[in-house]
Amino acid sequence: MSLELFLLLAAALFCIGLFGALTQQSIVMLMMGLELMLGGVIVGAAAVWHYIAPAAADGQVLVVLAVTAMAVEMAIGFAVVTALFRAREVDMTDMAAELKE
Amino acid sequence: MRALLNDVIFWVLALLALLAVASGVMVFRFESMARATYALLTSLLCVGGEVLLLGLDYLGVVIVLMMTIEMAIMAVFMVMYMMNPAGLMPMTMVHNKQGAAAICAVVFAVLAAGILLAPWPSRRGRPSDDPTLDLGLSLMGPQMLTMMTLGLALFATIVATVVLATRRGRYDRFGDDLKARRADDPVQGGRGR
Repeated sequence: MSLELFLLLAAALFCIGLFGALTQQSIVMLMMGLELMLGGVIVGAAAVWHYIAPAAADGQVLVVLAVTAMAVEMAIGFAVVTALFRAREVDMTDMAAELKE
Repeated sequence: MRALLNDVIFWVLALLALLAVASGVMVFRFESMARATYALLTSLLCVGGEVLLLGLDYLGVVIVLMMTIEMAIMAVFMVMYMMNPAGLMPMTMVHNKQGAAAICAVVFAVLAAGILLAPWPSRRGRPSDDPTLDLGLSLMGPQMLTMMTLGLALFATIVATVVLATRRGRYDRFGDDLKARRADDPVQGGRGR
């Protein structure tokens, strides 16, 4: 595999995740889309480290950053779902928006 | 022998990539959310496998372990909150599918054009014997600011998740000015209740 193929894989994962994040109404499914997008970022960062600058650790730091972003997104997402569900028995984005007024 | 090994690694990488994309697609096609969770787990495990085979042993293992636990937690939350976790009643919970598909196709086309047209620099340097040591030295040295930011963000996340998820906070228990002598709990606890 070459750098281009890895980056195409990353772009494909990113776009699938974007599709999910844009279309899904249920908040947990939306978070799955975000996870897939970050998975694409991880593949891209690891490939750039391997194929362009393996001597520097910056690509690895980017992977650490993406993994942390994943963990934070997941934790905050579930906390928000818990708060929303407790307040309004809602688990979908559209219903949460309708109840805003 | 070496060429054979490289061939095997190439095909394993290609297989993992195909599996990652295919299961990523299946996440949003399965009726059952439990299946969607496992499809996402498969996809992210393949991502971890790619990272492992690219030579980042530590980060690959971290990704594999983290995703396994994360998807287990996600499955629990699905059962707790979702309307239709098992997909027994087929229902579509999507909005603006065509628009989103168009946006994603355009984004992918732009990204792919950039990937294929950009003059990527050639490989400079060689990976050291222990990339994990490099990462640790980097995070504790020149990238210390990144590490401190990550640490603060994670700590803020812990506090924020507890605040968001707790049912009764201190304002519920001690009044708006926090001056109540006794906590107003549904079940009084402690000595002499």
